[in-house]
Amino acid sequence: MSEKATKIEVPVMSEVFAKGNKPEYLFWVGCAGAFDNRYKKVTKAFARLLNKLQTDYAVLGTEETCNGDPARRAGNEMLFQMQAMQVMETLNMYEVKKIICICPHCYNIFKNEYPVLGGNYEVIHYTQYIAEQIKSGRLQPDKSKLQGKKVTFHDPCYLGRGNGEYEAPRFIIDALGLERVEMPRSKSFSLCCGAGGAQMFKEAEKGDKEVFMERTEEVLSMNADIVATSCPFCMTMLTDGLKFKEEEKTTNADIAELLAEACL
Amino acid sequence: MEQIIFSLILLIALGVFAFTLSKIVAYFRITKPAYPVRDIGKRLVMTLQTAFLQDKIFRFPLSGFLHAMVFWGFLTIQFVNLEMVIDGVTGGSKSLTFLGFFHSFMVGAADIFAWVVAIFVVVFLVRRVVLHVRRLDGKELKPKNHYDAYVALGLIFILMVTLMGKNIFYLVAYPESLAGSFPVSSLLAPLFSGVTAETAYTIYKSNWWAHILLVFVFANILPYSKHFHIFVSIPNVFLSRTEPLAQLSNMEKIQEEVKLMMNPDTAFSAAPEDSAPERFGVADVEDITWKNYIDSLACTQCGRCTSVCPANITGKELSPRKLFVDIRRRMNEKGPGLRKNKEYNDGKMLIRDYIKEEELWACTTCMACAQECPLNIDHPSFIVDMRRFLVMEESKAPSELNAMFSNMENNGAPWQYSHEDRLKWTE
Repeated sequence: MSEKATKIEVPVMSEVFAKGNKPEYLFWVGCAGAFDNRYKKVTKAFARLLNKLQTDYAVLGTEETCNGDPARRAGNEMLFQMQAMQVMETLNMYEVKKIICICPHCYNIFKNEYPVLGGNYEVIHYTQYIAEQIKSGRLQPDKSKLQGKKVTFHDPCYLGRGNGEYEAPRFIIDALGLERVEMPRSKSFSLCCGAGGAQMFKEAEKGDKEVFMERTEEVLSMNADIVATSCPFCMTMLTDGLKFKEEEKTTNADIAELLAEACL
Repeated sequence: MEQIIFSLILLIALGVFAFTLSKIVAYFRITKPAYPVRDIGKRLVMTLQTAFLQDKIFRFPLSGFLHAMVFWGFLTIQFVNLEMVIDGVTGGSKSLTFLGFFHSFMVGAADIFAWVVAIFVVVFLVRRVVLHVRRLDGKELKPKNHYDAYVALGLIFILMVTLMGKNIFYLVAYPESLAGSFPVSSLLAPLFSGVTAETAYTIYKSNWWAHILLVFVFANILPYSKHFHIFVSIPNVFLSRTEPLAQLSNMEKIQEEVKLMMNPDTAFSAAPEDSAPERFGVADVEDITWKNYIDSLACTQCGRCTSVCPANITGKELSPRKLFVDIRRRMNEKGPGLRKNKEYNDGKMLIRDYIKEEELWACTTCMACAQECPLNIDHPSFIVDMRRFLVMEESKAPSELNAMFSNMENNGAPWQYSHEDRLKWTE
């Protein structure tokens, strides 16, 4: 993927707000998007797309804090509730109405679990946002850039099974002129990467195999050039799996990176 | 005379069934609230799709087809059973004929389904006994679970054979009657043309009695077997959660506590006295919700959940099916004591004595199990409820997760990074 080491300009909510403007969208970067070295590239790719689209957005920057998802799924409801209270306070302060998330776990918790706490926002996954932009013609991918590449899509559980969004990422892959092949376990039958439910932050329990190896083997059986996903945890697991297998024929990329390649 | 005997047997069958149900209802009284059952329209649509049209069953196309045919056959045959009960009590014959075409249709369909179900039940037995399909085994399944299956399949087979016998010999005894509504039996009846009308009538009557008596026996065995499924599955689908799969329940008590704690006016005042200390999460059957319990009764241990579980596939201890088998076993063990005394303690717990911590920590909450369950059982929520007990009551999370919690408390991120660095990705 194209590496741009140049710094990009990203509107920060406190500064935009201080000027008296209220951005239409909050771009929720998420902890992995802000701190994970591999995923920072994805965040940057998506921000560049937002800039190109001249989307009226801002990020919280240093005011962002974890929305508590891994704590809740690990059973620490107390910590989740404390994080959620803080996050809602910040969001309410900036009168946030619409949130774009990259991380499907963040997307899910805002969309499904914040409303009962009093946090009601329109929550959009970035693949849904971009799919809309392509449909309306505001974003026109250059199909020649990635032409001839074979892609298989790994469905993140919290986007697919959890929230029924299987089409937006596939629509984008098709719109980029890529050849899409489906793994035997895909869409609602998809196999988890192994990182959900706070597994990301702990060693796996004992067994005969790592979940990500099981999935990586399935990925490799497709003989695809690229395995695409749209979740930071899936990205980490697939990166590890491909590294362990020492396979060079397939690389992993986030949908946002493919988009940046074809649209910027 | 026959009528009186039949009515007495019917009363006994209903009485035993009512007794069994009353015990189960008492177990429900032990359980906790889950959620209010609203959106009846939405639930009816869900029941139509998932229960009656079997949409999730067909995700496993071959066994799904077999199950769907047996299920639809079962529904159709209930019409015949109902008519038999009315005939038995009133001494009439074919009491529901006044329904006209509908009656002919249902009786005819049941005549066909008797054969379909009998053949498929044999396929099911072969699958269990000869093929040993992996999904139908598993270390959580004790010999009783397997015998339950053999008994149920065997009984269903005999039920179908007696239904066929009843139909065929009815036609032999009364060759010119209602032939149109027995598509299969009317083809087979001529094979027995040598049998006298009298003998045919006797065979018909014996099959009639054998069939209906077996129906009563079967109905009363079911609540003690995994095949209680037959009664509970449709209500279970109707009562299942309507929220997206990925939505976990909110713990209002904790939400309130956190609100008080984070409000400077109330942070240092004493906790409200009126609320008795309540256990957070699930440790034993007195903590489960009524939905968890009905899930455990509806589960017929088909193992679709376990067969798609990433943890189970990769050899970890977790088997989503086991959780609900365990709930039911534990309720049978502790339920009787809890009914008499809410504080009853037998020195055991659902957690650890039945469900190991290792099982709970192997879950990735990927929801493949819940997606697959043809009865909409919600395994991941239950796993998180048990984790809630481990973490909040016993502070027993794996050490890496404790580190993740403290990172989140201190830095607002699950990793040890400063929030000051949250914009570094732009560089």
